[in-house]
Amino acid sequence: MKEQELFEHKIENEIKIEPKDWMPENYRKHLQRQMSQHAHSEIIGMQPEGNWILRAPSLRAKVILLAKVQDEAGHGQYLYSAAETLGKTRDIYIEELQSGKAKYSSIFNYPTLSWADMGAVGWLVDGAAIVNQVSLQRTSYGPYARAMVKICKEESFHQRQGYEIMAHMAQGTPEQKEMAQDAMNRFWWPSIMMFGPHDGESPRSGNAMKWKIKRETNDDLRQQFVDKTIGQAELIGLTIPDPDLKWNEERGSYDFGTMDWDEFWSVVNGNGPCNKQRIEHHISAHENGSWVRKAANAYAEKHG
Amino acid sequence: MNESLKQYFFRIGDSNLIIGQRLAEWCSKGPTLEEDVALTNISLDNFGQARILFSHIAELENNGKTEDDFAFRRNEREFYNALITERPNGHFGDTIARSFLFDTFQLHFYTELCKSKNEFLAGFAEKSLKEVKYHFRHTGEWIVRLGDGTEESKEKIQESINDLWDFTGDMFATDDNIDALTKEGIAPDYTLIYQKWKNTVNEVLKRATLTVPEDAYMQKGSLDGRHSEYLGHLLGDMQYLQRSYPDAKW
Amino acid sequence: MSEDNQGQVWEVFVQAKPGLAHKHVGNVQAMGKEMALQNARDMYVRRKEGISIWVVQFENIIASSPEEAGAFFDPMDDKAYRQATYYEMPEGSKHI
Repeated sequence: MKEQELFEHKIENEIKIEPKDWMPENYRKHLQRQMSQHAHSEIIGMQPEGNWILRAPSLRAKVILLAKVQDEAGHGQYLYSAAETLGKTRDIYIEELQSGKAKYSSIFNYPTLSWADMGAVGWLVDGAAIVNQVSLQRTSYGPYARAMVKICKEESFHQRQGYEIMAHMAQGTPEQKEMAQDAMNRFWWPSIMMFGPHDGESPRSGNAMKWKIKRETNDDLRQQFVDKTIGQAELIGLTIPDPDLKWNEERGSYDFGTMDWDEFWSVVNGNGPCNKQRIEHHISAHENGSWVRKAANAYAEKHG
Repeated sequence: MNESLKQYFFRIGDSNLIIGQRLAEWCSKGPTLEEDVALTNISLDNFGQARILFSHIAELENNGKTEDDFAFRRNEREFYNALITERPNGHFGDTIARSFLFDTFQLHFYTELCKSKNEFLAGFAEKSLKEVKYHFRHTGEWIVRLGDGTEESKEKIQESINDLWDFTGDMFATDDNIDALTKEGIAPDYTLIYQKWKNTVNEVLKRATLTVPEDAYMQKGSLDGRHSEYLGHLLGDMQYLQRSYPDAKW
Repeated sequence: MSEDNQGQVWEVFVQAKPGLAHKHVGNVQAMGKEMALQNARDMYVRRKEGISIWVVQFENIIASSPEEAGAFFDPMDDKAYRQATYYEMPEGSKHI
């Protein structure tokens, strides 16, 4: 069999592609882009939550949040390491993030303004990410699929901690309720837009589906998320900020309103409230660590 | 509960709480991804130790207060953490130097505290010692790497250690209360811990090709709740939600 | 090589329980072996996943390549006599 045929045969028969296998250049490029974007999202995602670690309202909440943000660093690390098998080093991926060549999930360009946002981020943002990640456990590239399995296993507590915060606050003092609803209002739409544009308007979706990098379409994943989240919101007495939301008996799913894609693209293109802040934070941490990395390398050179 | 014991539990718990909070500031700022996680792992251990002590006080007092009341509702002057723990993070070398000097103290302190006649303290020390042995290994190895790394790193870490040196004496400070606990075999002998601390610090700094600073004036005051200005700001952040919404449950 | 990079890649193996083999769990980047071991501890056993860790620098691992897969592995296809199930046992035989 020729290389290309062997590759297609594997894809068709659900045999994972491994790092040393031949793969089409565009498959490699697509994965490099998607996996590094995924890794960068984990790393940049540490910042909005990190914003509240020092101010967490109880010691229990503090250690949970800290452990959760740490997991995100860990997940970023798993993903960089999987992405490195495609022939680029972590240093190069980091450079691409800092120069703006690589993107990360736009959701992290929104600020976290109250403690309820820790609830919203865990419950809605992680909730949306998990729907996507569960699906990616079946992705065709072996290292990516394995990283996803590990990540999904560890993420299981993340969404629950977010929902727990939201539930407490939604049933707390009037001020807490207000914070909870406000967080819901600000994070709902950006969360459902995390799944990306409609399939017809997603330029790279076609190949990604054909190569089984993506296993389900953006709209299917989005619908799954909406369907499972609405009951959870109702249970704790929060209102979804969408007047068009209603149950569609025929489809057995919720219909929902139109997303504001102008805002979505505007944030992707750098105009979100925190785009600059997030990258500057990353660059400054990286630069401040330069002398440390050099020292450790110099020591290792001398002593192993 | 016994006030002098309570005071002593705060002394140990507060140091952990404050340095834990400081290390948590590193989250998303580490020199590598792996080190980011390492620093916050230590922070989590510190918070864990503080919580054990605070909940034990709450349990003994049995008046409805919880660990959170002790962390979030006390004022600056009611905190008894060692002064070194509240020093600002500075650059990575400053943080490593602060942690190394403190971890070495905790290493020997907990080793001795394992022998305490107070059963709770002995058990607490035994559990905590396992954690601190790793903290010491981690920060000690960094001291060696920064000292014996590049010219620049050597200069930086030597300066960090020099700057922190006059806050080290306060870790070993005692007052009548602690002296009495030592006599009863509840608290360890701090002069012994100081000797062991000094030896270990000397060894590691030697391996790191660094110079041990001369002992000069030592800052003091933490046993009386007298702190640097930095502590108030740290508490301002930490206590903000509990102070702003006193009736709320989180 | 006082370079500013993330160090070398080290593959991490964790033994979950006494009696089990060390299993590959992923990798870390680190400058030198002591840091590799510590990083592996901090990244891979935060949930009590193990009792022992090995780290091996990636460049020291020799791997077979997909091109050699035929020569390496296919010759084993026709040696079913290495498997216990290959053998016919008299009906009613037990504990064998």
